[in-house]
Amino acid sequence: MISLAGRDILHGWGKFVLTALGLGLLIGVTLTMAGVYRGMVDDAKRLLDASGADLWVVQQDTQGPYAESSSLRDDVVHAVQGLAGVARASNVTYLTMQVRGARGDVRAMVVGFEADRAAMPGAPPFLVAGRQITRSHYEAVADLRTGFALGERIRVRRHEYTVVGLTQRMVSSGGDPMVFIPLADAQEAQFLKDNDAIRNERARTTANPTLNRPGVPGLLEAVLAAQSANRNVNAVLVRAASGADAEALAATIRRWKHHEAFTRAQMEQILVAKLIATSARQIGMFLVILAVVSAAIVAFIIYTMTLSKLREIAVLKLIGTRNRTIAAMILQQALGLGLIGFAVGKVAATVWAPGFPKYVLLEPGDAWRGLAAVLVICALASTLAIRVALKVDPAAAIGG
Amino acid sequence: MNPRRLPTLRALGLALLALLLVGALAFVALRTGPLAPTRVTVTRAATGTLQPMLFGIGTVEAQRSYAVGPTASARVARVAVDVGDRVQVGQALAELDPVDLDERAAALDAAMARALSSIAAADAQRADALARRELAAATLRRNVELNAQDFISATALEARRQEQASADAALAAAQANQAAAVQEHRRLRAERTALQRQRENLRLVAPAAGVITAREAEAGSTLVAGQPLLRMIDPATLWLRVRFDQGRAGGLAPGAAARVALRSNPEQALPGRVARVEAVSDSVTEERIGLVAFEQVPAGVSVGELAEVTVALAPRAQALLLPNASLKRRGEQLGVWQRDGTALRFVALRVGAVSLDGQVQVLDGLRAGDEVVVHSERELRDGSRITVVDSLLADGAGPTP
Repeated sequence: MISLAGRDILHGWGKFVLTALGLGLLIGVTLTMAGVYRGMVDDAKRLLDASGADLWVVQQDTQGPYAESSSLRDDVVHAVQGLAGVARASNVTYLTMQVRGARGDVRAMVVGFEADRAAMPGAPPFLVAGRQITRSHYEAVADLRTGFALGERIRVRRHEYTVVGLTQRMVSSGGDPMVFIPLADAQEAQFLKDNDAIRNERARTTANPTLNRPGVPGLLEAVLAAQSANRNVNAVLVRAASGADAEALAATIRRWKHHEAFTRAQMEQILVAKLIATSARQIGMFLVILAVVSAAIVAFIIYTMTLSKLREIAVLKLIGTRNRTIAAMILQQALGLGLIGFAVGKVAATVWAPGFPKYVLLEPGDAWRGLAAVLVICALASTLAIRVALKVDPAAAIGG
Repeated sequence: MNPRRLPTLRALGLALLALLLVGALAFVALRTGPLAPTRVTVTRAATGTLQPMLFGIGTVEAQRSYAVGPTASARVARVAVDVGDRVQVGQALAELDPVDLDERAAALDAAMARALSSIAAADAQRADALARRELAAATLRRNVELNAQDFISATALEARRQEQASADAALAAAQANQAAAVQEHRRLRAERTALQRQRENLRLVAPAAGVITAREAEAGSTLVAGQPLLRMIDPATLWLRVRFDQGRAGGLAPGAAARVALRSNPEQALPGRVARVEAVSDSVTEERIGLVAFEQVPAGVSVGELAEVTVALAPRAQALLLPNASLKRRGEQLGVWQRDGTALRFVALRVGAVSLDGQVQVLDGLRAGDEVVVHSERELRDGSRITVVDSLLADGAGPTP
């Protein structure tokens, strides 16, 4: 038995292939949009993975350090480290800012972590090149996405840092790449002002008669020194000991240490449900519209393809072809179109995904769901075309 | 061309296209996403010599610095030197307003002159008393003889004796007056000397040879006791106060060789030596403080300048070394991913010293020649599939700084 669908496709293969290609690109866009949404959620999760923590200790009554600003004294870590069930606790600071490299500045999240011991929470968990920080000052590990190269000198506020290591997929919830620097430097970068601000502040203090008393030498110097020191961090990252209950530990910290503490699940909830909720819904809305539009276009393409073949179908009917055979031909063509379109779309999405400035995560699960949706839409759309085809009067083949 | 062969050719072309598409799809499915193996680089643990280094940030300081100021509240009359001047020990630097000291000196001078006159008067009075006493003595001697021959009465003789005693007393009084006048003069002279000393104290002189670093007040301003007017340092004693992270400062000891890179000239490494390690470390910043002396103090270095100091500690020979990028933490354990044939397993380690170029000394847990993962595209887990490559970067790994 000859395949009617195959014959028909071979007959008008150029049109068929181009249609499938166009449909594929549309499916590719839809898959990419789903990837953008998944990428946003993944960015938020990567931020949590990058910190390597089971528990976040932040300022009381805040939801820091990512969703809100939080400020703790940097000796809180000692009190936390002393609690039962804590394997490792370490200070961390986060600050999103412009970092100047050799080729202009890059928006990056500067992470200050305790670099004096190997692999503390907050440190870059893996590198793709170079080494971890060994000096206690002025070395940095940067994400590949910053575009910085090994050995490059980058500038964060007042100091220059040497990039000694590179990492990958270390981003903030906003998708900004991370730059890891030693904690003491980050505290300075975060809280120390620029030279002009320092000079203005000094002049202002000097002009204050209660702080600059002629009869008390040394008072002004002491006040000025106190102004430029800062011992704050944004959060304490805690890794729980094996077997310890993170939620119980968090409860202890909330109750007795008077700081807020979040477990991994709570932090994920804050990031996904609060921090990126609006932009995720925005993308989701767009995704829904795109899916509906794609479905409509697929239906119309198959419908018009059938309409353009009405005369041929009439001839087929005239020579006594059964309705089932004609319906199967249209259905096979629609499904073939869908399959080719999906394959093209999947390849296209994979090819252009790395070009996006923010991460696009193409999940296999999404791909399977997309395939199923495409086939269902194609089948549904073909019923419309089949209905028209079956209604064709065989006489139309001869008539005008 | 045979028109009947055309559909076959077309079918062939379409089949090729379909094959291409299926191939691309298969490639995409296997090379990206969760099915793709993680690309990693590996290295072998090797035995070598580890040179542990300490890195710290320091500021240039003078070991000897001086604050020159008045010992009592005073107004500045004149400042003779300016910032940057080199001064010798004892050189006059500034003068404070003496207010009434000169007038009080003049008054004392006059008082001393008067005291001299008093001494002269006392001398004259004594001479007078002496003369009166000699006269009285001679008169008494004669009267005694006359009384022995009974020319005068005993009463008359008593009167002469009384005159003699009075003359003695008058002489003693005159002598006492003279001594008092001399003592008064001595007192005034001492006071005058004290005033001179105070006057000299108003001249501020250099306590040592050095360079003036600050001129904190000008003529006309009033300083309280102890407030510095000028600050000076001895530039030969410039050294660096260096802060080392407590967590890494083990092994820091006086005598260790150091290299100093000044902020003004970071390319040039100046030789130095750890001169002192302070017994008290900063508990707030958790830093150990060491003082590093230059082998030779460079010209033009400024006090307060930032410097990066690298101190070489005793090398560890025959140590098993790994790059620090391979160290990972899993729960409480620190370790590495070891490649054993095709299998990947996490091995817990104990590590020792770290060098500044990122080499870590492995104390136990690994043998020389064991292959471990250094760089990876993503975090590894038990059973992760890996592909070993030379470099994860497209343009090669580049130099490790």
